[in-house]
Amino acid sequence: MKSRLPVLVAFISGALMILAFFGRGTVVDAVSDRALTWQTIVGGFSLLLGAVSIARVHWKKVATRHEDRFYSLCLLICFVVMGGSGVFYGIGSGTLFDTLFQRIQAPMMSTMFSVLAFFIASAAYRAFRARSASSAILLVAAVLVMLGRIPMGQYIYHGLPSWADWIMTVPSMAVQRGILIGAALGAASMSLRIILGIERTYLGRG
Amino acid sequence: MSAFNWRCRVSFQFAIASSIGAVIALIPAAALADSASSATSAAGWFHSSRIAELIGIVIAILALAIAALLVKRGKRLQLRSLPALDAVGDALGRATELGTPVVYSTGWGGDMGRPTTMASMGILAEIAKRAAEYNCRLLFPSHDPLIVSVAQETVSQSALAVGRPDWYRADDISFVSQSQLGYAAAVDGMMARERPGAVFLLGSFEGEALILAETAHQTGAMTIAGTDSTIQLSFFLVACDYTLIGEELFAASGIVAKDPAAAAAVWSQDWLKYLVLTLLIVGAALTATVGFNLFQWTAR
Repeated sequence: MKSRLPVLVAFISGALMILAFFGRGTVVDAVSDRALTWQTIVGGFSLLLGAVSIARVHWKKVATRHEDRFYSLCLLICFVVMGGSGVFYGIGSGTLFDTLFQRIQAPMMSTMFSVLAFFIASAAYRAFRARSASSAILLVAAVLVMLGRIPMGQYIYHGLPSWADWIMTVPSMAVQRGILIGAALGAASMSLRIILGIERTYLGRG
Repeated sequence: MSAFNWRCRVSFQFAIASSIGAVIALIPAAALADSASSATSAAGWFHSSRIAELIGIVIAILALAIAALLVKRGKRLQLRSLPALDAVGDALGRATELGTPVVYSTGWGGDMGRPTTMASMGILAEIAKRAAEYNCRLLFPSHDPLIVSVAQETVSQSALAVGRPDWYRADDISFVSQSQLGYAAAVDGMMARERPGAVFLLGSFEGEALILAETAHQTGAMTIAGTDSTIQLSFFLVACDYTLIGEELFAASGIVAKDPAAAAAVWSQDWLKYLVLTLLIVGAALTATVGFNLFQWTAR
């Protein structure tokens, strides 16, 4: 019963969503709308689980004098200061929470995002070394697309932008559509496995 | 209207408005006494424009039923092998030999409701079993507390299944941040400190995909990735050692399950793929030869 009940709930919920997809303005439609609202509310409460998990893991590291305890201590202090300032003084413009967010958290996030540019360069360098026929094709296609998308490309040869467009709209798009169709079929098959109780990984069964 | 906001048998009144230049004349609904000014909504028990989707679902269920029937009759279904799955053993062996942990991420882009995350949990179960057998530490940072709960249960059950309940450490499966770049920074920091021998990036990824894959590469880890996002797949293909492309992630989940029912589902998924491929070829041929557009006709 312990494992059958969640499978039954998953089956009913999944079947309900499928029926709601094909019906218009029916009772099923209304019930599925309500179920989705419940899902959002339950999801909100799960954040509390996360807060407890983070505090427990890092407190344990500090208490047991783990070698990374200073990082954990830093995290716990930030956790308390940000959380406390938001709860007691609000999160509006000009508050302590807002200042901390704008002056510390936002620049840190921007820094992380800007690192992406360097990672793109390093990944491109490794991928574009013409070690095999596939890498050589990738290299030629990438060079043509990059040159075709900048004014200098048109200056070198006026037909380059149209070549770049052709690569993006014909071979590249064909591959993307193939992957998308495959992924959609895979997701549909996975959903059926869940609804029919074949797939039970969401129950945490190893 | 009832508490459930049923959208059937609801009475509406409507008014006719006309505009001449900037002046708008609105006739109030109450002023219109004839029956034409009011209407009652009726429930549509079937969304007729979604017949193609219904046919698709029926075919998918039929394919699954046929595969299940074949399995029941004792037929051994041949499932394709996936190089990325075959490499899992090598990756775990490498990490074990180096004495380093492995890092597993389901990405920042999905929650437990996403099929990709569910598929990833299936693969996590198998990887956790092998990691427990090899006594290799498994780190699982997540952005979603619900995913953490499910992953903790999955990994602990896997450890139990191979007779190694002592191997399981709940603190190694933890929530880090709901912020996308905060999550990327936390996982990057974890990889830089722990120097994992292998990194598994399987699930729903967005902008953090390349940040994680490149950091894994720079720390010398063997990387196995998989997602259904076409944009992030291009990053994984150039940055990772092995990649599960799109539907391979879902198939991998069924293949590692070693369960006849799951194998039947993967087999039916493959046959659906062949069916779609056939339809695409037939559709293209019909359009090119007699000018009949099969897809527009189906949409109509």
